[in-house]
Amino acid sequence: MSKKELNIFKLLSEKPWEASQAEIDNQHDGRTLDLSKAKLGVRTIMVVSTVIFSLFVVSYSDRMLVHDWRSLSEPWLLWINTLILIFTSFVFHKAKVLSDKNEFEKAKNYLFLVGFLTFAFITGQLIVWQHFISAGQYAATNPANAFFYLFTALHGLHLLGGLFFWGKATKKLFKNNFSIAKTKQAIELCAIYWHFLLIVWLILFGLMIAT
Amino acid sequence: MSDEYTENKLEAKAADSSSGSYAPTAETVPAKESPDQELYHAKSFWTKWVFSQDAKVIGVQYALTATAIGFIGLILSWGMRLQLGFPETFSFLGPATYYQSVTMHGMIMVIYLLTALFLGGFGNYLIPLMVGARDMVFPYVNMVSYWMFLIAVLVLIASFFVPGGPTGAGWTLYPPQAILPGTPGSEMGIVLMLISLSLFVIGFTMGGLNYVITVLQARTRGMTLMRMPLTIWGIFTATVLALLAFPALFVACIMMTLDNLLGTSFFMPEIFSMGEKLEYGGGSPILFQHLFWFFGHPEVYIVALPAFGIVSDLISVHARKNIFGYRMMVWAIVIIGALSFIVWAHHMYVSGMNPWFGFFFATTTLIIAVPTAIKVYNWVLTLWRGNIHLTIPMLFSLGFIVTFVNGGITGLFLGNVIIDVPLSDTYFVVAHFHMVMGIAPLMVVFGAIYHWYPLITGRHLNQTLGKIHFWVTFVGAYAIYFPMHYLGFIGVPRRYFEMYDSPYMTSGVGLNQFITVAALIVGFTQFLFLYNIFTSWYKGEKSERNPWKANSLEWHTPDYPPTHGNFGKELPVVYRWPYDFSVPGSDKEYIPQDVAPSQVPTAKAETT
Repeated sequence: MSKKELNIFKLLSEKPWEASQAEIDNQHDGRTLDLSKAKLGVRTIMVVSTVIFSLFVVSYSDRMLVHDWRSLSEPWLLWINTLILIFTSFVFHKAKVLSDKNEFEKAKNYLFLVGFLTFAFITGQLIVWQHFISAGQYAATNPANAFFYLFTALHGLHLLGGLFFWGKATKKLFKNNFSIAKTKQAIELCAIYWHFLLIVWLILFGLMIAT
Repeated sequence: MSDEYTENKLEAKAADSSSGSYAPTAETVPAKESPDQELYHAKSFWTKWVFSQDAKVIGVQYALTATAIGFIGLILSWGMRLQLGFPETFSFLGPATYYQSVTMHGMIMVIYLLTALFLGGFGNYLIPLMVGARDMVFPYVNMVSYWMFLIAVLVLIASFFVPGGPTGAGWTLYPPQAILPGTPGSEMGIVLMLISLSLFVIGFTMGGLNYVITVLQARTRGMTLMRMPLTIWGIFTATVLALLAFPALFVACIMMTLDNLLGTSFFMPEIFSMGEKLEYGGGSPILFQHLFWFFGHPEVYIVALPAFGIVSDLISVHARKNIFGYRMMVWAIVIIGALSFIVWAHHMYVSGMNPWFGFFFATTTLIIAVPTAIKVYNWVLTLWRGNIHLTIPMLFSLGFIVTFVNGGITGLFLGNVIIDVPLSDTYFVVAHFHMVMGIAPLMVVFGAIYHWYPLITGRHLNQTLGKIHFWVTFVGAYAIYFPMHYLGFIGVPRRYFEMYDSPYMTSGVGLNQFITVAALIVGFTQFLFLYNIFTSWYKGEKSERNPWKANSLEWHTPDYPPTHGNFGKELPVVYRWPYDFSVPGSDKEYIPQDVAPSQVPTAKAETT
C-alpha cells in the first residue's frame, strides 16, 4: 500500500467477500494511516483535550450570561506569561528544526531553554494566582474567577504532563548511542503538543479578555 | 463476477507474477513495511501476572475487577428490591440506605461493570488477537490504564466506609441536591464518587488510546478494516464514542467537585437549605444535566455497540452462516455511533426546555431506530435457514435479540415528548432501560463468556449449570421487568423509598413482592454462574482447539490457549473475512481467515 487515504465512504462500500476486492485486500499491510503510532497517539490525546476545553468554553459562555458575572481585570503579568508561552513555542520549533538537521548539540540547548521558559510560564501563572488571592479574588467570589482558576490550572496541568515527555525526550539526547529516528520523533511530537497548548491558551486567554 | 473466480484464473495470475511483471494476485503478499512490534518480555511472576503488560492478562484483570464490583452492584439491588417488595420489614433499610443502594447500583452497573467489561475486558483480550497483533500498541500505558481503573474502583468502595456513607443522589448526580445536606452522602460520599469517576475517565482514555490505535495501525497483513470481525467494529466504534463522550463527564465532575469543595457556583443556583440562604448563586443545574447527558447518552451506545458486534459474531458462528449484510452492519454501527451524540436531551424532556428543542431531539431519537432496526433484521436474517446450534452462546444471543427488541420498542414510546412526559420518572422508564441496556448487553456478556471461556482457559464451562443460568436469567428478567412496565402505566414513580397507602398501589403491592422474589432468584443464579467460572477453571471439560469452528484469528494461534506474543514466530496473513461458513463448492464447512485461496481451490465466493 503505497498511498494511504482514509475515505470513510469508500472504505464502507468495499465488498470484502468478492474475489476482486479480495485481491486488493490481500495487498493490504494492515495499517490504515501513514502515521507512526506515537504521532497518532498524540493526535488522539489532542482531540480528547480539545473536547474537554471546548466543553469548558461552552460552560463558560453559558454561565457568563447570568447577571452575577463580574469580569476579572487581567493583570499585565498575564500578558507577559502569554508572550513567554509564544516564545517557548517558537524556541521549540527551532529545536525541532535543528534536530531534523541532526544538529543535536544545538537542539539540546534549545530544549533546555524550552524547559526553563515553561517553568517560568507556570511560575508566572502561580504568581498571578497569588496576586488574585491577595486581592481577595477567590474562586468562590465570582464565577468569572472560578473559570479563571479552572482554565489556568487545567492548562498548567497539561503543560506539566507535557514536561514529563519533554524530560524523556531530552534525556534521550544524553545517551551515548541514542536512536536518531526515535529522538527526532519525540522532539517533534513534544513540539506539536506545545504548539497545541499555545493555541489552547490563546483561545482561553482571548475568551477571558474579550468578556 | 464472483462466479468466475476459479482455479484457472488463479493459476494464470500466479504465472503472471512469476514472470517478473508485478501483478497483484490472490496469493502474493507484499513484504512488510514496518518491523515487528517490540514486545516487553516479563521475567518475574509480578511482571507477568500482576503488573502485566500483556493485553490478555490485562483483559482478564479488567474483567475480574469489573465482575467483583458488579456483584456488589447486584447485592445492592437486592437491598432496593427487599425495601420495595416488603417495606417496613427490614430494619437495616432506611431511606438513606435505600437511596445509596439505588445510586451505587446504577453507577456500578453502567460504568464500572458494563463499560469496563466490554471495552477493558473484551477489548483488551480480543482486539490484538482478532486483528492479528502481538499486543496493544502501547502496552505500558495499557497497564497503567488497568491500575487507574482499579484505583477508581477502590475509591468507589472507600466511599462506603466514610462518614455519611456513599452518595445517594441517584446515578445522574444532579445538582443542587447531590451536594446539599439532606441527600445521603453529601459529606464525603459525593466527593469520592466524583474523584472515582474522574480517575475512571483518565484511566479509560489511556486504554481507549490503545484500542483505537491498535485497531487502526497494528492489524496484520491482509486484515483490512472491512475484513475485521464485527466484534472489533463494535468495540472500536464504542471506544471512539467513549473518547469523545467521557470528557463531558470529566468536565461535569470537576466543576461539581469545585462547587462542593471551594464553594464556586458553576451549577449551584441561589438556594435555601434548612431555612438558611447559602453562599451559592447564579449557577445552572440544567448545564450539568446537558453535560451529564452529553456523556450519558453516548454511554448507552458505548455499552450497546460492543454488544451488537459480539452478538453478530456469536450468531454467525453458532448458526454456521455468514452474517447477513456485513456492510450494513458496519454502517449501522457507525451511524448509531454518530447519531448518539445528538440525542442527549431526550433524557431531559421534563427539565423545562423549549418545546422546539424537544421536537428536534425526539426526531433524532426516532431516526436512531432505523439503523438499530436494520441490525435486528440482519440478525434474524442471519438465523434464517442457518444451521442453528442451540449452544449456550446461541441461547444467550437469541435472548439478547428478543430482549433488545423489547427494550427498543419501549424506547420509541419514551423518545416521543408527549408520551415521555406522563411516563417520565415512573417504573416504565426503569423497565425500559433495564431491558435495553441492562439485560440485553448482559445477555451478550454471558454469551460471550461461554463462547470465549475455552479460548482463555482451555476448558469449557459446565453446560448444565450454563443452561440453568440461561433459562433462569432469561425468564427471570422478564418476570422482573414486565410487571414494572405495568407499574409505570398505573403511575408508580421511581426513586420513591416507599409508597405507603397510595390508593393506586393496591394492584402494585403484590406485583412488587413478585418482582422482588424473582430478582432474588435471578441474583442467586448469577452466583451459580460465578461458581461455574471458578470451578471450571481447573475442573471443566477440556476443550479441543477451536471448539466452535470459528474463522476469526483468535482461535487459530499456534498455542492454545494463546500465549505471550499471541502468534508465535510469524504473524498470520489474512486472505478473507471471518464469515466464510458453508462456502458453496468448498469441501470444508468453514474457512478460517488465514487460509489462502489455493488451499481451498473449489470454494466459490459467496454472493450476498
